[in-house]
Order: sequence, then structure tokens, then C-alpha cells
Amino acid sequence: MFTVAKKEISTYFKSPIAYVLIGLFMLMISVLFYTPFSLGSGDFMPVMDSMGFFLIFLVPILTMRILAEDRKNGTEVLLLTSPTSLTKIVVGKFLAMYFIFIIITILSLIYPLIMVAYGAVFTVQLAGAYIGFLLLGAAFISVGVFASAITENQIISAIISFVALLAFWLAGTFSTQVGGDIAKFLNWISLTARYDVFTRGLLGLPEIAYFVFFTILFIFLTVRVIERRRWIQG
Amino acid sequence: MIEIQNLTKKYGQVVAVNNISFSVRKGEILGFLGPNGAGKSTTMNIITGYLPSTSGTVTVDGYDILTHPDEVKKRIGYLPEAPPLYRDMTVTEFLKFVSNLKNVPRKKQKGQMADIMELVGLTDHRKRLVGNLSKGYRQRVGLAQALIGNPEVLILDEPTVGLDPKQIIEIRRVIKALSQERTIILSSHILPEVSAICERIVIINKGEIAAEDTPERLSRGVDQVLKLNLTIKGPVKEIVAAIKKIDGVTYIQSSGAAPDGGNKFILEGVNDGIKEKLFFAMAENGWPLTEMKPSVMTLEDIFISVVTKGQEVR
Repeated sequence: MFTVAKKEISTYFKSPIAYVLIGLFMLMISVLFYTPFSLGSGDFMPVMDSMGFFLIFLVPILTMRILAEDRKNGTEVLLLTSPTSLTKIVVGKFLAMYFIFIIITILSLIYPLIMVAYGAVFTVQLAGAYIGFLLLGAAFISVGVFASAITENQIISAIISFVALLAFWLAGTFSTQVGGDIAKFLNWISLTARYDVFTRGLLGLPEIAYFVFFTILFIFLTVRVIERRRWIQG
Repeated sequence: MIEIQNLTKKYGQVVAVNNISFSVRKGEILGFLGPNGAGKSTTMNIITGYLPSTSGTVTVDGYDILTHPDEVKKRIGYLPEAPPLYRDMTVTEFLKFVSNLKNVPRKKQKGQMADIMELVGLTDHRKRLVGNLSKGYRQRVGLAQALIGNPEVLILDEPTVGLDPKQIIEIRRVIKALSQERTIILSSHILPEVSAICERIVIINKGEIAAEDTPERLSRGVDQVLKLNLTIKGPVKEIVAAIKKIDGVTYIQSSGAAPDGGNKFILEGVNDGIKEKLFFAMAENGWPLTEMKPSVMTLEDIFISVVTKGQEVR
């Protein structure tokens, strides 16, 4: 499991992709950060909100090659015929992606620390929001890994995960347009609505449980999809 | 060691492998022979656990691939048709990754990798990126990858494809050396390769086993047809006419002048006293028969005869 994770992490840092993604994300946060900071605000929460939104663009690019490339290059054979189980391989790949995401998250901590340096207080709420961000990242990455398993084309994989993540994000917004049970359902599946709980400074147990369950579900589905493909078309 | 029973694989409506059974004894090298698309790779993919079969069983060392995949995978080193390589890793990095993947104890890894690289001739290239290696060397990395973990069984799918003749001889030497203590299945559509290193051959065509025997016995089966290269001093036309009259001759063709002043001929016929009859016929006419050389039916010929026979039945 860690063998696969380690190998994937080193692959990302050997190619420009990890640096480009980290640079891009930092640039985006910087721009977002500038407005409240120049106004003298010490509130980082609105920035956290937008960071979550940026993940919709970032994660598909991060995860698009993770399984699709193995399938295209034939290295899938090596992984599947090794005594390491498929679940361990998929979890290893997920962990590699999550490791890169954690690096990005740690780097983004620079901005609240700048605020703290200028007199703002590092609040418990902010810590809570960061826990929310980490959970959101896990959920997004699991969707990205899943999308990478269903096609051998990286671009298609990126588009699928982008659309899926956008749908999960917008589900909450749509819920205000429709009423009744559908709205309730949309709100329930929406990752945004749950992430908002964290950025409002609350630490909700159901939300944590939802994100964890969501992540495990998609990792499980990824394993199933690869298994199923072997049985069907070979 | 390896038992394959009634193995069938269908891709939708297409039957890739149809009810084949064979077994490989411990320490044996089995040649798996067939034209492109005969089902060789599919069979190998099933044995190694990459693909599930539609029906039938594969057991390795008593373990069924479906019920105990990990036990089987532990015992098999697999070199697929396209070697599974990560181009952005160096040879050493890649083999280390494979060692971890195959759960080779950390302490043993270094020594084992060094031995394998020495064996397949990669030691001088260990620090190079796999993506920058030539095809021949990548094939070696693929073979090295299969050897990691010291598996008892090696499944090699066309291991010499794309190599130059010198490399082919080297790889064959390596495989031969490996066969001392391992069970090997080797697929190929190149016949001399299989006859050079395999103890037993399974010929597969259109997903079915067309023949199965040792290379020598397979050759003998075609021995009823005799092919002779002749050199005879005398007039070409008359000689051809005279030979045609001999019982059992099915084909005679002049093939140019010989260095000793005679003429060369190629003769094919039923192997039943034809040599004697030929000798007496020539002696009668006073045409010295200076050379009579049987040309051995190669596996190539056997292969074609077996494969085309199968087609006629259909």
C-alpha cells in the first residue's frame, strides 16, 4: 500500500504536474487573500470557502492520471498480477494524492499565519475549518480516483471528475430553487452545504461522518469498477 | 505444477480460448506456440490472474487462481507481451518498487536485485531511466521484473520479440539458465526459439490445442513426407522426366547448377524406399548421383501443417 503511495508521490514530484498545481493553487489563494487583507480584515473564513471551490478544478487535474495511465501503459498488469491486493493498490494511490493535497493545505496555512502576525487571532473556528478542508479534499480526491478508474483517457477522466464534483457542489445551490423532499435530498448529498458548516466555525459530527463515509464509498466503488471491468471485457 | 482444465474465455460473443487443458510439470519448459491471435496471451493472462476465465480452472502448485489468487500470484513471475514498465523510473528504482510490490523482505532486496541485473545484463544500465533505454534493454527490465521475488513459475509472453539476433541468443541463454530450478511457460510465434529451449510444445490455434508433444516427436509426425536435395550430373529435362516416373514422388524441381558441374534438384515424396529407387533409376541411365541430402522438416513446416490441417477440418 505504502509502496504504491511512495512511488506515485515520487512520480508527481518528478514531473512538473505537482509543482504547477501547487503554484496555481497558491496563486489563487493569494489573489483571494489580498482583498480582505488589504481591507484590514482578520477573517480568513471567506477565503476558505473559495479554496473549497477551487478544489473542483484542482483535484481533477491532480487525479486524472492516477489509474488511467496504468491502464493505458499496460503497467496495470504488473499491479494486478502482484500479490498486493487491488484494494491496497487503490488505497495506496488515494494516499499519494492525499499526501500532495496535504502539502497544498499546509502551504495555504501561510496566509492565516500572516493575518495572525498582523494581530488577528488564530481561532478554534479556523482550526475547525481546516479540518473541514482536509475532509473535503479526501472526498473530492476519492471521486477523482474513481473517475480515473473508469477510463484510460486522462482528459476524459478529468472531465468526468470535474463534472461530478461540480454537481456535488451545486446540489446545495439547486436545493434553494426546488422545494420539498428533493431540496432536502440535494442538501443532504451536497458536499458544499456540509463544508459550509465547517467554514461557519462549527465542528459537526454528522458532517465528519458523511465525509468519511463518502470517501470510503468512492474508494470501494473504484475497486469494484476495476474488478468488474476485468470480468466483463478483460 | 500448473494444471489447466477445460479453460474457456469469451469476450462477448468471441471465443478467445475454447476448452483447453494441459499441464506443466515442475521444472519443465513448455513452449506455447501459435499464430497471432490464437489465444496465447489470453491464456497467459488467465494463468497469472490478470483476467478471470469464463469457465474452467487453473491451479498452480495446488492453488486455484480464483479462490487463492494471492498464493498463485506469489509463485508466478509474469512478463506480459508489452513489458509493464514505468518510464520515469531508473532501472534500480523500478526493480525496488517491484520488490516491495511482491513483498520481498527489505534485507534481501539489494542482493536479489544485483543478482538479477547481473543475470539479464542490466548492471551497467541500472542508473538509467527506463524510458531512455532501447527496446532490447526494456525487454530485459521486463524479464528482470518477472524474476523479482524468485518465483517458482515464470510465464513469459514472447520474451524475445523486438530483440536483435545477438540479444535473442542472450535472452535464450538466460531463460535456459533459469529453467534449472523453475517451471517455465514461454509463448512465441517464432518456431526455432521454441525448439531451441523447450522440452514440450503445445500448439494452439484459434483458441484450441492443435498439437502437444516434444519437439522431436512433433517432427517425427511429419516424417512420412521426405524432402531431398539432390545433385545429379546429366541432362536436366531427361532427369526430371525419369524421376517423375518413380513411384511416390510428388514433386520434382530443378534448382540450378551445382559447383561440381552437375544440376541441383529438389524432390518431395512419400518416405517409402524412394531413396533406393532413385539411386537405381539414375544408375540405369548413367547419371552420377553426387549428392542426396534429406532436408529436415523444421518446426516451421510442422506448425504450418498442423495449423492448416485444423482449418480444413473446420
